[in-house]
Amino acid sequence: MSVLAPAPEAAPERAAGPGLRLQGLTKSFRGERGTVHAVAGLDVSIAPGETVALLGPNGAGKSTTIDMLLGLLDPDVGLVEVFDFSPHDAVAAGRVGAMLQTGSLIHDVTVRELIAVTASLYPRPLDVDEAIRVTGIGEIAERRTQKLSGGETQRARFAAALVGNPELLVLDEPTVAMDVEARRAFWSTMREFAMHGRTVVFATHYLEEADAYADRVILMAQGRIVADAPPTEIKAMVGRRHIRATLPRVDLVSLESLDGVSRAERRGDAISLVCSDSDAAIRALLLRHPEARDLEIVGAGLEDAFIELTTGGNE
Amino acid sequence: MTAAYTRFELLRMFRNRRFTVFAFGFPLVLYLLIAGPNRGTHDLGGSGLAAPLYFMVGMLTFGTMNAMLASGTRIAAEKSVGWNRQLRITPLPPRLYFRTKVLTGYAMSLVSMALLYGAGLALGVRIPAGQWLEMTWLILVGLLPFAALGILIGHIVNTDSIGPAIGGSTSLLAFLGGVWYPIGNHGAFHAIGEALPSYWLVQAAHVGAGGHAWGTHGWIVLAAWTAGATVLARRAYLRDTQRA
Repeated sequence: MSVLAPAPEAAPERAAGPGLRLQGLTKSFRGERGTVHAVAGLDVSIAPGETVALLGPNGAGKSTTIDMLLGLLDPDVGLVEVFDFSPHDAVAAGRVGAMLQTGSLIHDVTVRELIAVTASLYPRPLDVDEAIRVTGIGEIAERRTQKLSGGETQRARFAAALVGNPELLVLDEPTVAMDVEARRAFWSTMREFAMHGRTVVFATHYLEEADAYADRVILMAQGRIVADAPPTEIKAMVGRRHIRATLPRVDLVSLESLDGVSRAERRGDAISLVCSDSDAAIRALLLRHPEARDLEIVGAGLEDAFIELTTGGNE
Repeated sequence: MTAAYTRFELLRMFRNRRFTVFAFGFPLVLYLLIAGPNRGTHDLGGSGLAAPLYFMVGMLTFGTMNAMLASGTRIAAEKSVGWNRQLRITPLPPRLYFRTKVLTGYAMSLVSMALLYGAGLALGVRIPAGQWLEMTWLILVGLLPFAALGILIGHIVNTDSIGPAIGGSTSLLAFLGGVWYPIGNHGAFHAIGEALPSYWLVQAAHVGAGGHAWGTHGWIVLAAWTAGATVLARRAYLRDTQRA
């Protein structure tokens, strides 16, 4: 049996039981420039066993949402339930593990000591050595926490989040500061962990991560949910590309009728096509306008996509 | 859970060399510097007490008070690296968190006391065993409000201002409580002093120099400070969940 498998007696009820519920969640902060509505009316239900990505640019309200989910922050209005309990009670029962974004690790201990003490606080922890092994941090286990690189710190933090053997794992921007290889290793461990009926919620601003590792993506901007769908749909929405070309004196309406083009814009002699399918669009464009020059296909950044989605620019 | 976490705290504390050197070394060095040169003085300023004894009981108050309030400094540092938040999302209940902090503070105080007792013995201080025990016991009880105060300050102040906050509180409490010099038996200063836990801590230490144990007044003041600071510390802890 894999070490990451859940305790046998807990497994059946997990799949059938209640998951996470966020209802009408609202949180504002009073800042120097007036009130900031960090989270403005969030409604989400997450079934047990789901892996959900909170995707959004900085300031979208992801971390605030996570803080409320973990009971670190009380909502101004609204309700949070974690497996039918308040976040506080779920945490107290040892059902929640999390990797937070802030700061470094506590000083003057080794990574192993940190993970061991974390394990000692949970009712049904994993074996410390196993947690170290599956997260691949064997070679840094005896090092002092203040001597780790950013990526190593994140990996140690991941082991600390796993070792409690929680039913809900919450990860706030987990792969920040990790290199490509560490990132891949991280996600494969995370996936194995999630496979055994555990619920995972992670925040990220990388579309690729949300796409590759989540069952469901909740797209957030300015404290609201912009979209809540499987990754493929989200990708179609925000992963769209632009085709740019020099193409004077052409009718925008005719460009918009091309396959795979959802909108056309012109700036002087240059045109820009927002594409739902850039492959189809470029073929269609060149068929109809072989004179098009300076062709360029660019991926729209997440930020652009969010602006488009939130300002109602989407069709 | 408590045992494992307390062990972890102690481990971290004793590994932090600079912290332990200053926390334990400062009172000890101060004592040796003041009492050492006067070790031959048998009747200090007409008090009827030998200098090593007089300064030892004074420094006991200062050293242990320091050791207890130092938990505030450590809490502020823990907050600055996000440990405080990390701990909130583990099942560690607030009650056990407090217990651990108090136990760690006491461990520090005991080391501080042992060092000062040792230094006192080396300088020729001799106290009857019964008196010594009574003094030690009363000091340990008298430290309770400081344990709560340290936690309270640690959770309402951040690293950038914890130095002055803890240093200032220690100095003020020491000054008004008569740690540095006797505050007399009447007058405004005496009235203020009597309302402070540091005053009673001084009285506890003075048992070693032939003083008297606390009367009801002392017990009431200490109980009130302990209760008040505990309630406030608990509230501060529960509220203190923001990102650093």
